[in-house]
Amino acid sequence: MMEAHKVGYRVRNRTLLDNVSFSVQPGEFWAIVGANGAGKSTLIKMLSAENAPSSGSIAFFDQDLKKYRLKDLARKRAVLAQQNVISLSFTVQEIVLMGRYPFYESEPAHRDLAIVDICLKKVGIADLKNRMYPTLSGGEQQRVQVARALAQIWEVENGLLLLDEPTTGMDLLHQFQTFQLARELTTRGFSVVAVVHDLNQALQYADKVLMLKDGQCYAIGSPEEVLTERFIKAAFGLSVQIIRHDSAAFPIIVPHAMPVRETIS
Amino acid sequence: MISETIRKVPAMQPTSQERLALPSSLGRMVWILGILLLGCIAFSVCIGALSISLKELWEIVASQLGIIQKTNVEEQKSIVFWVIRLPRVCLAVLIGAALGIAGASLQGLFRNPIADATLIGVTSGASLFAIFVLMLNVKYFSMLNELAGVYSISFVAFVGAALTTLLVYQLSKIAGDGGVTTLLLCGIAINAFVGAITGLMTYLADDQQLRSITFWNLGSLGGATWTSVLAVAPFVAISVLFMPYLSKALNLLVLGESQAASLGVNLKSLKQKVIILATMGVGASVAVAGTIGFVGLIVPHIIRTTFGPNHKTLIIGSALSGAIVLTLADTISRTIVAPSELPIGILTSLLGTPFFIYILWEQKRKRL
Repeated sequence: MMEAHKVGYRVRNRTLLDNVSFSVQPGEFWAIVGANGAGKSTLIKMLSAENAPSSGSIAFFDQDLKKYRLKDLARKRAVLAQQNVISLSFTVQEIVLMGRYPFYESEPAHRDLAIVDICLKKVGIADLKNRMYPTLSGGEQQRVQVARALAQIWEVENGLLLLDEPTTGMDLLHQFQTFQLARELTTRGFSVVAVVHDLNQALQYADKVLMLKDGQCYAIGSPEEVLTERFIKAAFGLSVQIIRHDSAAFPIIVPHAMPVRETIS
Repeated sequence: MISETIRKVPAMQPTSQERLALPSSLGRMVWILGILLLGCIAFSVCIGALSISLKELWEIVASQLGIIQKTNVEEQKSIVFWVIRLPRVCLAVLIGAALGIAGASLQGLFRNPIADATLIGVTSGASLFAIFVLMLNVKYFSMLNELAGVYSISFVAFVGAALTTLLVYQLSKIAGDGGVTTLLLCGIAINAFVGAITGLMTYLADDQQLRSITFWNLGSLGGATWTSVLAVAPFVAISVLFMPYLSKALNLLVLGESQAASLGVNLKSLKQKVIILATMGVGASVAVAGTIGFVGLIVPHIIRTTFGPNHKTLIIGSALSGAIVLTLADTISRTIVAPSELPIGILTSLLGTPFFIYILWEQKRKRL
């Protein structure tokens, strides 16, 4: 449904992204991993049409992304950005309802309000519905934003969800629930492309992993192929060990245990 | 919760209709502020050197509309009402609405609670051009008079407001990435520049000109006639009618520029629409009444604190309460030092400041 073809992005002779190609199929969960500054957010911004690629092209449903009007894109895909600061006292319900704005003219239909309620339940914040957004904790605010993005594509056939670090600030349970939710969406034909920091979560939930290093596509493929000890060492500069344990359903990535030296001082 | 399968929205039973309604204070607010505005209008037209009682007011209006045939009210009161008071109150309502709506929408566009129409250069531009006319009137006034009649200053001030705003807007496109922050900074820069030229002209002015300039800068509705009301009305009407349609986009802008874009907001066109509508209303207002400060800044804050931050209620509410505030301020300005008049700009700032501080204090108290 979305195809990036040799996408590159340059700002004032600095190449932030170069020659990245991949193709997202309906029902796939793509995890983008990489060190800080590797170009993950830049890539998400281009996939969401916020920035146009300086080279290469992105096709969305077989049409060039540049040819879409913002309004039409808003009815096909939702984006969750990294920074979501809101200082005005909107209620949680009002914020999530904003995800429905592309679908109604002046007043929300009954259906839109019902979708808001369902999305609030889905991320487990139905009880926060009438709270003021600025009074919530960071993790709660992030869940409101997830609900907002969810409400936007709730009724879309083969919708696309672009997430830039969706679990920032969330506690363990809600990180788990958010990834479960993303997985659940993919079974319904949605595609999810997410910047993921926790490699274990990428390993556990993603269908495909795109590993970026210095703006280049360093590795691409299934989680088992990409998230190997050698690749992770190369992309992140950290030696890791991949442990398989009989009691865990997935292999676990842990940094090589090094004794903390007392000679630092 | 998670294990439950995601389904399409189930058909809703009629009983859940009520529960799902979006809590909205729009209807309640329009009623409250509407009645309050009518009360203020009635109060304002009745009070003055020649006071009119409510009963007399009713008879004056009713006899004009042909509801009652004859009235015992003196002819003089009827004339004062129709020729002096009513146009002045109408002008106050129009200008108040324009200032309120421009303040609300610009605060939304800039995502900044200290924004108002002065920021995009409307006010300073109008002032500069008006003072220009006052200074050059000896030589060119007659020429201008032929062009625009007695309203030559208003005409030129409106042109000045539009040109300065255009300059700010174009400069923000050249100087920066076209984001609203650049627009805000360009507004501040151009304001300072225009202010400096205004200051230079004030420095060069003689005593008579200085008096006119000061009067203009402090604002007054004293020149209200039906002609000026009719001249301002279409501009304000367009602003008031079309601005509420932008409220959804302004709400989305609260999420941030890029998030708003991902929800279908075309920032460039939104920016143009808000600026054009705000400039039309405020430019026309400043042109006939001079600069009236603080209303555009403070009124949206009152509405936001009382009725919530949704731009639909905020924009409509700011128009209504802007009208209320200016009607009251004008009533005070023409009665407090009667038979003379206090410039309205002095009053709005004098009364506005303590009230504004109170709102800030209230907001802090609510948060704790």
